[in-house]
Amino acid sequence: MSLMPIALAISVTLLSLSVVLAFVRLVLGPSLPDRVVALDLLSTIGIGAIAVYAIATGEAVFLDVASVLALVSFLSVVAFAHYLERKIQAEEQKTKGEVNVNGL
Amino acid sequence: MQETISAVLLILGSLFMLVAGLGIVRMPDLFMRMSCATKASTLGVGFLLLAVAIAFWHLGVSSRAVATIIFVALTAPVAAHMIGRAGYIVRAPLWENSIVDQLCDRYDRCSLELGSYPHEPVEDDPRENPDEAG
Repeated sequence: MSLMPIALAISVTLLSLSVVLAFVRLVLGPSLPDRVVALDLLSTIGIGAIAVYAIATGEAVFLDVASVLALVSFLSVVAFAHYLERKIQAEEQKTKGEVNVNGL
Repeated sequence: MQETISAVLLILGSLFMLVAGLGIVRMPDLFMRMSCATKASTLGVGFLLLAVAIAFWHLGVSSRAVATIIFVALTAPVAAHMIGRAGYIVRAPLWENSIVDQLCDRYDRCSLELGSYPHEPVEDDPRENPDEAG
């Protein structure tokens, strides 16, 4: 069958285009959560690229790399979210005694 | 037959990845970007790993691919929820044409607890009112 090389070429092209788009958001992103979302998307695209590479080379060992990358990206996003929340909480608690927070 | 199915799944998964990339660039708001990126990329990774599981038609490889699909499908919504909550708490701006913000005033900024009624600013009482909680 000659369908598989064509599909692999199309798939790698689309994945690299999507990596470029995620990098655009990573550079442009106005706030830190935007950049975290872009990083999450980048690592998810990385998992997909590893899957495509495993098919292209016929090596099944790369699937372990994909699952480890999924684990690391999940942990990093959770750590970033925790860091952002704790930072805001610390700032609010520092200014709580002085300024009465009016609603929002 | 296996190769055909696998090739179709590869192209489909890469198309969903491209949709995720387009969404994260074109959407006007953090929360819309997050919605696009998370949902489309989870579906795309699912299709790509399913293509791996069908291309190698072997028990060890396919079970690892399916386990990775399950792991991604379980963890991606949790990660999106946490980063969305953090984005709301750091006041990422909403789209200017947004109609309603239903979480407005419902987060206590200090304890980061979500209430079911807006936090009323009381003049002389402390902000936490333990009698009203029940």
